[in-house]
Amino acid sequence: MLTTRVIPCLDVAGGRVVKGVRFQDLADQGDPVELAARYAQQGADELTFLDVTATVEGSDTILEVVERCAEQVFIPLTVGGGVRTVADVSRLLAHGADKVGVNSAAIARPEVVDEISAAFGAQVLVVSLDVLRSADTASGFEVTTHGGRRRTGIDAIAWAAEVDRRGAGELLVNSIDADGTKAGFDLELIAAVRAATGVPVVASGGAGGPEHFAPAVSAGADAVLAASIFHSQQSTIDDVKAAMRAAGVTVR
Amino acid sequence: MALLDYGMGNVHSAAKALEAAGAHVTLTADRATIMEADGLVVPGVGSIASCVAGIEAVRGGELIGRRLAGGRPVLGICVGMQVLFETGLEGREETTALGEWPGTVRRLQADVLPHMGWNTVEAGEGSRLFAGIEDERFYFVHSYAATEWLIDPHPRIRQPITTWAEHGERFLAAVENGPLCATQFHPEKSGAAGARLLTNWVGTLGSE
Repeated sequence: MLTTRVIPCLDVAGGRVVKGVRFQDLADQGDPVELAARYAQQGADELTFLDVTATVEGSDTILEVVERCAEQVFIPLTVGGGVRTVADVSRLLAHGADKVGVNSAAIARPEVVDEISAAFGAQVLVVSLDVLRSADTASGFEVTTHGGRRRTGIDAIAWAAEVDRRGAGELLVNSIDADGTKAGFDLELIAAVRAATGVPVVASGGAGGPEHFAPAVSAGADAVLAASIFHSQQSTIDDVKAAMRAAGVTVR
Repeated sequence: MALLDYGMGNVHSAAKALEAAGAHVTLTADRATIMEADGLVVPGVGSIASCVAGIEAVRGGELIGRRLAGGRPVLGICVGMQVLFETGLEGREETTALGEWPGTVRRLQADVLPHMGWNTVEAGEGSRLFAGIEDERFYFVHSYAATEWLIDPHPRIRQPITTWAEHGERFLAAVENGPLCATQFHPEKSGAAGARLLTNWVGTLGSE
């Protein structure tokens, strides 16, 4: 039986990990590859690097990081942030990324989903959705850009179904409302996306403790992604998996 | 060890994982290098159609056939396994693949596709690839697979060893057929278990 994947997410800028990583005994606290190796050793099922330096074009440092990671860490690596074109995807894959995350570029021009999927297969393409609860859409969920600061008016559930149809291989569903609250994932959002699509759904946003992960799986998530809970050393991958296992979720 | 270079797939990890398993790896499409190597690894991601086209563009099908005729080991990974069957069926597109094994690769019948993540396998009896790691999980990412093994037992040839997994339905996770082995999952992305499998494979080279 397929296990539910637990995925730590690292924000990377200028080749360094940024934002709230507190591993005291790391020789170099800011090296994404060192941290990736540590998470892999702790039992992470995949890794995600989010390049927060605007565009892939403008930051070749992420390519060097991806290449080093692929040479040392033998679990799947997703890289997102600033990916706009088939050429961006090609470059990341050539340097060792297994999957590539696309967010605002797909909203700006949905055809890019078809293009990437046709060029490399659906399995490389993760479409990320930053979702805000909203009274302005039929489902009550709206897609945003710029980390939730910019509204689009697009119904998030209809958008999830559309990118699935266009060839996304996976959906990373991040709740802007839940993000940072540490109060748990937005379960209604996960369930709504699950019901509307047929590709794996990764739940993101709101994890505050190991007990928050199993409910996301019950709501329909195939994988769970978190950042600060792991970086702050508040919980280890093992803690999270133990809580999931205790709640009846199959994990590796 | 030769890693077939035809422009498809993340070959970084495959090369590094094979090196970690004790092999010296050359990424190449050069005929002589491929024929002389102790083992040939055929990677593959994306569609069967594009992988077959890429392999044929470097005359990879012929090289694989010639190696096998001489009992020289070949390992296919992911779509590199799928291309070894006769036919690939993707939507309405039917691809004539390399045909080393009979059968068709088609879309799995499952609620959620791609089949993405860590799954268990039911290792075939006497498997050398899975020796010591029969109960481990491996990383899969695919929507298509071969769901039937069509080679009947024959009293005079060594029985191929088939390993199965399940996602919606049962499908072939790995095959060990004399010098020709293949895995539907990615050993190079399967952490310690995958490293052990590659080490097991490297350990069989030269013993066929």
